[in-house]
Amino acid sequence: MTRVLELSHITKRFGAVTANEDVSLHLDRGEIVALLGENGAGKTTLMSILFGHYTADEGTVRVEGQELPPGRSRAAIRAGVGMVHQHFALAPNLSVLDNVMTGTEPLWRLRSDRAAGRAKLVALSERFGLRVDPDALVSDLSVGECQRVEILKALYNDARILILDEPTAVLTAQEAESLFATLRQMTENGLSLIFISHKLHEVMSASDRVVVLRRGCVVAERRTSETSREELAELMVGRKVERPARAPAVPGRVLLEAVDLSLHGKGGASLHDVSFRLRAGETLGIIGVSGNGQTTLAGVVSGLYPPSSGSLSVDGRAVTRHTVPDAIAAGIGRIPEDRNAEGSIGDMTTWENAVLERIWSPDFSARGFVRRAAARKATADILARYDVRGASVDGRIRLLSGGNMQKLILGRVLEAGPDILVAAQPSRGLDEGAIAGVHARLLEARGRGAGVLLISEDLDEVIALSDRIRAIVNGRLSPAIPAGRANAQLLGLMMAGDWSAAERIEAETHDAL
Amino acid sequence: MSVLFDILGSVGMWEAVLRIATPLILGTLGVLLCERVGVLNLGIEGIMAFGAMIGWLTVYQGGDLWTGMLAAALGGAAFGFLHALLTVPLGLSQHVTGLGITLFASSFAYYVFRLAVPTASSPPTIDPFQPLSVPVLSEIPFLGPVLFNQTAPTYLAVAFVALIAWGLYRTPLGLAVRMAGENPHALDAQGIDPIWLRIGTIMAGSALMGMGGAFLTLSAFNSFFPTMIQGRGWVCVALVVFASWRPGRALLGALLFALFDAFQLRLQTVVDGVPYQLFLMMPYLLSIVALIIMARRARVPQALMQPYRRGER
Repeated sequence: MTRVLELSHITKRFGAVTANEDVSLHLDRGEIVALLGENGAGKTTLMSILFGHYTADEGTVRVEGQELPPGRSRAAIRAGVGMVHQHFALAPNLSVLDNVMTGTEPLWRLRSDRAAGRAKLVALSERFGLRVDPDALVSDLSVGECQRVEILKALYNDARILILDEPTAVLTAQEAESLFATLRQMTENGLSLIFISHKLHEVMSASDRVVVLRRGCVVAERRTSETSREELAELMVGRKVERPARAPAVPGRVLLEAVDLSLHGKGGASLHDVSFRLRAGETLGIIGVSGNGQTTLAGVVSGLYPPSSGSLSVDGRAVTRHTVPDAIAAGIGRIPEDRNAEGSIGDMTTWENAVLERIWSPDFSARGFVRRAAARKATADILARYDVRGASVDGRIRLLSGGNMQKLILGRVLEAGPDILVAAQPSRGLDEGAIAGVHARLLEARGRGAGVLLISEDLDEVIALSDRIRAIVNGRLSPAIPAGRANAQLLGLMMAGDWSAAERIEAETHDAL
Repeated sequence: MSVLFDILGSVGMWEAVLRIATPLILGTLGVLLCERVGVLNLGIEGIMAFGAMIGWLTVYQGGDLWTGMLAAALGGAAFGFLHALLTVPLGLSQHVTGLGITLFASSFAYYVFRLAVPTASSPPTIDPFQPLSVPVLSEIPFLGPVLFNQTAPTYLAVAFVALIAWGLYRTPLGLAVRMAGENPHALDAQGIDPIWLRIGTIMAGSALMGMGGAFLTLSAFNSFFPTMIQGRGWVCVALVVFASWRPGRALLGALLFALFDAFQLRLQTVVDGVPYQLFLMMPYLLSIVALIIMARRARVPQALMQPYRRGER
């Protein structure tokens, strides 16, 4: 085993905050190391030091035995270190080839050798199975394709060591799987990889070795084959984390009923003849690979789009006006899929974000004026009750971490006491501790008698929270199965469109529901 | 009606188009460079005024015409450096800084002019660039005099269009410039410092603006007076949007505007009973219409007007 990378005794402080303390880490050739830690554990800081974005206060970085000068990304690139950022560093208006070639030639050349660049890019993408059209504009690419471009950028710079910062944060489950297959193939070609993650299942399935970081320190290092998910979870969080267990459901009256809902071309995918019932006090899980119509379904239920045919009734009354304010008035609460784009307005304050959905209610406005004091107080209550950390009532909401923003959104929705809760991908991008908190809240809402429509692509989450589960495939809903009969294999079949087993189970259990 | 055809058919009008377009071409290319690298430069109106003055003054003091052009370019670059310093490393508002530069540079230009020429009641003159007939080509009927009987800076301006188009799309430096205007973080991740690249490019763009101003005193006219820019700088800012940030279309836009202008100038002299101000208005009105049609499909540089700070998103 050749040691390709060695970080020794790295310490980095930002003012009074110590982001990394005496961190040592190594990487051997052909190895995949997972850097595991919760949000804020110092993973990204450490990798930014390695890549020269930050200068360490103490410690050294060696690549293949050579010490890297601190604070120079160019030196890191030359030494063969490539970084794939969590937020893609791509220019949407430029072509793939432009994005990849930027900064790879001497700046003062009179003519850029695009033919050679194209040939090299095509060769790399074939060798590593990263298919992408060199002339496509980046703005036309899917998220998964953008990530391929990011990886190709690093490979184009002749990277032998690749660092991926939370590579799956924005990917669908399928894209993530194919990414890890690609990474494995890359190690066979002699590359060495570090990926940063807080997701236990991908660390367990994709790494050779795990380094656990907590509060800026390395707390453990394990061979992946010799550890378990439970052990890693405990090491990462520093205490035992248990996701809350679900009490048996006490389903009540039908709160939401959809009959033959169809919609074409809104929210990214169509719906075809979707029918389902949601009762009070139960959670209906809708599982499916992204892009199969779940976003559209959530949009229709929460009033964003009117269906082109079919009907929707809330609490026995047919919905005639499909608008968001009407949906909110009818008691439908919404946890949107993309909390930054649809759930919050980054440059507005926490309190404005907290009350915006209900700004016309007499609680928060009177005679055309906002009741700021009442709104601030309500926000302060949410911050306290839902344990939103790092937020101030008057601070910009952009500054919140993903988990805390999700807590705030949950608080905002639940404080309104909705009868129906539409939760779309509620724990996407959150770390273990935050996921447990979100799950507890969703179960609490159900216990209070709300009907929860849970839309997720995480099998564990759906099985843990739902009473009944349907799969969504190409805009159609599968038969419902009780959660007690669900397992990964059956759900996999349902998500793939094979509903024969599910139909049998539904027929058997129909009377019970 | 026949009057209109007479105007449109006259060699004189078409010859004027390229002449009127020259400062617009230079100015538009200047703004285009600045915006492509991610910085709005509303200092152009003042930088053109300063370029016009310093170019004229250099020649008036005995320098030759090209030395005057060079002085205008250097003066433009100096104001560009000031603008870049305030907007790039300091990240100040680009609108406010640009307007400040315009106010400062135009007043400063007049101040220096008054220091140099304290007493004259009518502006003193210099010997400007003379038309340079390209052998053979200028003999072509109609097209010859229209295209190939211009002054040297006009040919230079057209050459700059090709040069900048090549530079932006065919060289590694041009790609880096475009990347700085689209996503400076990506540029930094590849080991190129967006700060210095922005400063340098803004200086180059501002040098072109200065030369555009100097064309007015060294070629189109032969003297300097403080109000001579007359909003040409603002027209350039609009033309860049019209051109969707592409050099070739910038040339087209400048020519189109110049055509409207040349046309209305002649219309003023032949149409009676209409206040001439109405004709003066025409090119601007038509520009707004053209802008509405063209700019809707424009691809704005994504990082335009966003100051870059390391490690911040």
